[in-house]
Amino acid sequence: MNREILLSAKNLTVSYHSITAIQNVSFDIYEGEIVTLIGANGAGKSSTLKAISGLVTYTGNISFRGKELKNIPADIIVAMGIAQVPEGRGIFGNLTVMENLKLSTWQRKDKDKITLDYERVFSLFPRLSERKRQLGGMLSGGEQQMLAVARALMSDAHVLLLDEPSMGLSPVLVRDIFQILREINQAGKTILLVEQNANMSLHIASRGYVLETGRIVLAGTGKELMGNPRIKEAYLGG
Amino acid sequence: MIYILQQALNALQLGSIYALIALGYTMVYGILTMINFAHGDLFMVGAFFCFLIAVYLKLSFVPTLLLSMLGVASLGVIIERFAYKPLRNAPRVSAIITALGVGLFLENFTLALSPYPQHIPTLINSTTWNLGGVSVSSLQIIIIVLSLALMFILDFIVQRTKVGMAMRAISWDKTIVPLMGVPVNKIISLTFAIGTGLGGAAGVMYGLAYPVIDPYMGIMVGWKAFISAVVGGIGNIRGAMIGGFILGSVEIMVAAFLPSTYRDVVSFALLLILLIFRPYGILGKPHPQKV
Ligand SMILES: Nc1ncnc2c1ncn2[C@@H]1O[C@H](COP(=O)(O)OP(=O)(O)OP(=O)(O)O)[C@@H](O)[C@H]1O
Ligand SMILES: [Mg+2]
Repeated sequence: MNREILLSAKNLTVSYHSITAIQNVSFDIYEGEIVTLIGANGAGKSSTLKAISGLVTYTGNISFRGKELKNIPADIIVAMGIAQVPEGRGIFGNLTVMENLKLSTWQRKDKDKITLDYERVFSLFPRLSERKRQLGGMLSGGEQQMLAVARALMSDAHVLLLDEPSMGLSPVLVRDIFQILREINQAGKTILLVEQNANMSLHIASRGYVLETGRIVLAGTGKELMGNPRIKEAYLGG
Repeated sequence: MIYILQQALNALQLGSIYALIALGYTMVYGILTMINFAHGDLFMVGAFFCFLIAVYLKLSFVPTLLLSMLGVASLGVIIERFAYKPLRNAPRVSAIITALGVGLFLENFTLALSPYPQHIPTLINSTTWNLGGVSVSSLQIIIIVLSLALMFILDFIVQRTKVGMAMRAISWDKTIVPLMGVPVNKIISLTFAIGTGLGGAAGVMYGLAYPVIDPYMGIMVGWKAFISAVVGGIGNIRGAMIGGFILGSVEIMVAAFLPSTYRDVVSFALLLILLIFRPYGILGKPHPQKV
């Protein structure tokens, strides 16, 4: 592959006081890819995404388009083009759907494109369009997940980091969300998808990394990982 | 009847001052779930800024008000940045103790500079009208109208602007807000600036209505405004306004019909009773839905 490396982590280590959440994690994400990071509870998936978004301090390096991200505040990282859909969706329950979307355009100044992006997002998620004026807290879990993805799109980031978007959703909804992720990817976004649901995520990912107790233990293409006996046993239910 | 109308007008004046101060408590609580116990003393500083500006710069009312608000707001931002921000993830009690300490510092610093009560010069040549037996002064009208105007502006900012949206989002979950590209610390600073600036405005107006000021004037008024905020539902902006007017009315009415020494005990008792029936205040909700 001679595509451009968009996002790269080198020897990433995140600790909370004495607890080490991830250790020497390295990975590369190329322009236009869907990469998945799979791992069990507590493996360090969220910590990895938090490091990229600038929410936790770390040792090691993260670079985006060749630019070192360390010490850049989280809000500027969004402006640079990395948005995160956090674990548990992070919808502001006291804000309306529209306000949730509007807030994520904070760093943008391209008014005309924002208008177009609203239209695009509402055609992608017609349910949200019907519920513009409802409070975020009144939405169902699936609708909240759609809103969380829609927010990331409204921030106009080039890279989307998704932290377990399938969590707590019915299989049908999970399929819908993953289908939409695929469409978003085909429309040009690069995606880092964190999941415990390895089956679905390896299907749509071009490559994947497996995280176990804070370390990357396996890496490969989606197909390779799906065929790996160890993955089959641990993450795909035998 | 005329007596009641007269007292209602007084209640409106006192209530609007409580409401302005209560807003500062509630905004800071809404965004940081922290009670800024130095807020009453910032109100006092507002009155002293008014005194200093009026006496030494000899400015008229409007620039005096604006400069005092700006001064208190700057002080509020500095206090947040250097005293509270380092404690944001510390146990709640540390922040409370620090806030009390900041309040004591402000009182004693003011006391050191001004050991005797001061008298704010007349900034508004108040005329008093007699409307069918009710005496209405232009100062009273100015205080009420100005307070209401400030409250409407604040309500507009919080409910209608993007900055207000960010404030409300922070009050819901401030860990998520940076992921929206919003600079959380700047919004928190701005919240402190607005909240303490309103407290400063209240100090100026209080100082015009009751011109003898001293370094301890913020303690009792601060407590009452804090209680107003709690009665309205702490963290809720409209609640703080309602709470301020309720407290002002209760106080004035009690003082009007009972011996004046009963004023505080009756009003505090009424508020305690209200909180038994509505523990989250009038507009408060058990859920962390604030600002
Ligand atoms: N704020 C924190 N303070 C202390 N320890 C933490 C904190 N956040 C995470 N940890 C610890 O770091 C490790 C990795 O946690 P992390 O949330 O990154 O895992 P995860 O893979 O996202 O798990 P899950 O699938 O449950 O979301 C865990 O052992 C966790 O207990
Ligand atoms: Mg996680």
